[in-house]
Amino acid sequence: MNAKELTLQSEKNRKRLVEVVYNAKAGHIGGDLSCLNVMTALYSEVMNISPAQVNDPDRDRFILSKGHCVESLYTVLESRGFIKPELTDTLGKFGSVLSGHPTIDVNGIEVCSGALGHGLSIGVGMALAAKMDKRSYKTFVMMGDGEQGEGSIYEAAMAGHQYKLDNLVAIIDRNHLQISGNTEDVMALDSIRERWSAFGWDVKEMNGDDMQSILDTFASIDYANRKPHLLVSNTTKGFGVSYMENVASWHHGMPNEEQYQQAIAEISARIASLEKNI
Amino acid sequence: MKACRKSFTDTLLGLAKKDKDIVAVTTDARGSVTLGDFAKELPEQFVECGIAEQDAVGISAGLAHSGKKTFVCGPACFYVARSLEQVKVDLAYSRNPVTILGVSGGVAYGALGTTHHSLHDMAVLRCFPGMSICLPCDERQTAKLVKLLVDYPQACYVRVGRAAVPDVYEDDNFTFEVGKANMLMDGKDLTIIATGETTYHAKQAGIMLANEGISARVLDMAWIKPCDKEAVIKAARETGRIITVEEHSQFGGLGAMVCEILSENPVPVRILGIPDEDAIHGTNKEIFHHYGLDAEGIVKNAKEFVKK
Repeated sequence: MNAKELTLQSEKNRKRLVEVVYNAKAGHIGGDLSCLNVMTALYSEVMNISPAQVNDPDRDRFILSKGHCVESLYTVLESRGFIKPELTDTLGKFGSVLSGHPTIDVNGIEVCSGALGHGLSIGVGMALAAKMDKRSYKTFVMMGDGEQGEGSIYEAAMAGHQYKLDNLVAIIDRNHLQISGNTEDVMALDSIRERWSAFGWDVKEMNGDDMQSILDTFASIDYANRKPHLLVSNTTKGFGVSYMENVASWHHGMPNEEQYQQAIAEISARIASLEKNI
Repeated sequence: MKACRKSFTDTLLGLAKKDKDIVAVTTDARGSVTLGDFAKELPEQFVECGIAEQDAVGISAGLAHSGKKTFVCGPACFYVARSLEQVKVDLAYSRNPVTILGVSGGVAYGALGTTHHSLHDMAVLRCFPGMSICLPCDERQTAKLVKLLVDYPQACYVRVGRAAVPDVYEDDNFTFEVGKANMLMDGKDLTIIATGETTYHAKQAGIMLANEGISARVLDMAWIKPCDKEAVIKAARETGRIITVEEHSQFGGLGAMVCEILSENPVPVRILGIPDEDAIHGTNKEIFHHYGLDAEGIVKNAKEFVKK
């Protein structure tokens, strides 16, 4: 898919995401919306993965380390046929297979996650296994910016460098907001690029709200440079729903009916416009 | 007579030479674990994580997820505390079949103190679905355990001590099945149930009690999870009294487990372990003696207990 087609796919995923969260009355919609573009690009274009490949040892791996944004993952998995819409619709219902964080009970999800700061170490292990077995698969780990407070991430950062894991791509969804407010007020990350560079990682920055920037950045990764890769994905929390954008309370806020209808109307208008131009 | 950790790593190295998917992971602990030979002989199958237990457990999860038969090895005290959340989520909950080899467990580090003791491991790990727990008692049982764990389908925590331990099993002619207790001696007056390094002391106590006319059944309960409920129920029914012996807090471990099993059909149970206090400083031998976990202490308790 090209950038326009992926943007359209992402908007369709966004509409479904808002619907799923609204119906479930559960979720972390602000962060869901900020990482959705990148996850759509990963599952629809960048990664070598499909429902037929879930047990293929050569498939690319994805770990949602910021596991509270699982609604976004469910939506993307549904769009690619890993899970059926009927299953997604059970979110928030008693006894549902779907949890508020990723679990291995869901087709296409590699590991349980959501205790923050775990994903990158697991990704290091997967990438290391690929090196040991001389397999060409890549491992992608999506982290939050608030998550960067977890010290275990920096243990994994050291190991990624030590083992020269150029088959490992970590992404920070840099939306500048965490549950209590601005990341810089809670625990500053101002030198995020310098920090990861100092750990020996190949650092790139992209506009995670723009599909062309996302595609160009993934395409520019040198998977043979003997360095692990860190993408700072600059995004907007609540992206694509006007009243949610850059408002910390939408970290896990729930839209009322009026707000829900407004969100659906905004996204539907963009979908109609994109469909005309493709 | 050999340290269980050495038996574990020697057996693992032998198996790993024939199976490139066997991987050992450690945290600057190749010396204390006795993985030095493994690191030298199979560097491609050895992963050093530095002093970073959380990372080591996470990396092990990733390795196992991608098909490696992964053994993460280091001091028990750190793996069941510092990296406990990774053990819970990345191994147990995610069903990644990693074996944790916790060495120098319990009070094996002796005078190094509470920072280095792991007297809570059974209590905590028993609560994790997807986690097995085994405390082998000697070198032969440890070797059998390693062979069994190479293709074990889920995460398992193995706790061993530090020093060489006397043989409980004098040859290889014994069965060792997952979740099954082994009866070392039969008896009718009481049952002594032990796990890990206390098993040798329980067996010695059984012999000493026999010389004094007290007939003790002795069970080696190496598997804490899954555990042999039937053996406990049978022991209660047939001997009427149980003493449990563990190098662990008296809360939440072997003794508590036995009481849980017997809660609907109770018999008197005496739990020998470390009370709710910071363990006294000393060698592990001195600590065992202080808390009555050696043969002498078990005999003393058994004599009091059968009189009641």
